[in-house]
Amino acid sequence: MTWTWFHRLGSPPYVYGLATRLTPWFAWPAALLIIGGLWGGLVLAPPDYQQGDGFRIIYVHAPSAWMSLMVYTTMAIAAAVGLIWRIKVAHAVAASCAPIGASFTFAALVTGALWGEPMWGTYWEWDPRLTSELILLFLYLGYMGLRAGLEDTQRADRASAVLAVVGVVNVPIIHYSVTWWNSLHQAPSVMRLAKPTMAASMLVPLLMMLLGFTLFFGAVLLVRLRGEVLNRERSASWIREIVST
Amino acid sequence: MSRFGSPAAGVVVQAGAITRQSTVWAGSHQAPILDAARLALTRDLQLAFRKRGQLVQPLAFFAMVTMLFPLAISPELARLREIAPGVLWAGALLASLLALEFLFRDDAYDGTLEQYALSGQSLTWLMFAKTAAHWLLTGLPLALMAPLAALSLGVSAAAVPGIVVSVAVGSVALSLIGSIGAALTLGIKRSGALLSLLTLPLSLPVLIFGARATQLAISGGPLLAPLELLAALVVLGVTLAPLAAAAAVRISLE
Repeated sequence: MTWTWFHRLGSPPYVYGLATRLTPWFAWPAALLIIGGLWGGLVLAPPDYQQGDGFRIIYVHAPSAWMSLMVYTTMAIAAAVGLIWRIKVAHAVAASCAPIGASFTFAALVTGALWGEPMWGTYWEWDPRLTSELILLFLYLGYMGLRAGLEDTQRADRASAVLAVVGVVNVPIIHYSVTWWNSLHQAPSVMRLAKPTMAASMLVPLLMMLLGFTLFFGAVLLVRLRGEVLNRERSASWIREIVST
Repeated sequence: MSRFGSPAAGVVVQAGAITRQSTVWAGSHQAPILDAARLALTRDLQLAFRKRGQLVQPLAFFAMVTMLFPLAISPELARLREIAPGVLWAGALLASLLALEFLFRDDAYDGTLEQYALSGQSLTWLMFAKTAAHWLLTGLPLALMAPLAALSLGVSAAAVPGIVVSVAVGSVALSLIGSIGAALTLGIKRSGALLSLLTLPLSLPVLIFGARATQLAISGGPLLAPLELLAALVVLGVTLAPLAAAAAVRISLE
């Protein structure tokens, strides 16, 4: 088996070109799926028999929460690859992930709070999922803060990569300790929608939104990656060629 | 701060002694890792006892934080007793965060960390020794002082052993987690806020189990389960945190 395809991924000009070519392949399906999912979720799906129309916020909330974890995992894997094989592009991927993941986490928190108001009667509940989501937001902010604090890009790459790997070891521990903590203090007070009991007309738009959000993340990541590569290679000659054409 | 006639002179001598020995060891291909770690530990303890004022600062801070709650909430002992576990653990967490600054700062200034990295000894073990010294200097005194703070919050004396044990075990985990954050922020000026942003989210499991153990100690319940979970966190920290801290120190020295 030949590894040239992998080694080529270490070259910034190649990755820049690849990202440019791949972006529409992610962006268009993402747009179609999100529009379709929103149509299905907000218009076609019937109101929930308990929550009425309020449940429809799940079509934004659940995909955001799912993405907040997936982006963190992507970031940590990219960081570990960069740390182990010293691939600069992998560090660029990790650096591009952080603001996207923080935005998804923030969106999940805001939609969770907006959902909580009609359902629980309060914007904020120290629910284990909301709490671990909030902690995840702080992990993202710490990662971005560390990158911002270190002037030297290489040092920022490697130090933030160590932090991302440490964080990914901790995320499950934090999640389970928060769940455990909460179960000691209060009984679950809210009936939740469990996936298998969801009607297909509700479930299909949700799955479309999940896939759409994942592809949307891919598209935004590629755009950010191009910016990151341009910034890192700003003194390289291949940039001048690209800009002049 | 003058660099001569201060403990910094001791640092140079001690660091020199370690590097000299390491050259001998490197020849024998049988580096007595534990000896180097023990030397690093005693060196840190000696240096700390020459700056006693610094040792008292986190403790005073802890006492101050404890004092804030009766003033801010109410002087009623019945209410204070209820929130005592939270007060103690929030105070201990903040105090250990404050103390993290002392972990690497002086050694980064005077080049000791570079000497450690160049010494040919396992940097992981040296980081472990430094963290152990840091716990002896900050975590253990905090654990010994926690009952005092607890008593002032109306907790009965019967809870004292449980409180000491839970804070002592929990602060080991806090020191280990903190060593990663402190190593990552080496060389960043005014890194206090960043250090807390990095360290606090990772420390939350310690806070949860520690406060639970303390709460059970106060109410007289069986506190073994949360203590064992705390101990599990310590075991995980002992195995992984020095590795990560050593990697972070290497990165900051590049």
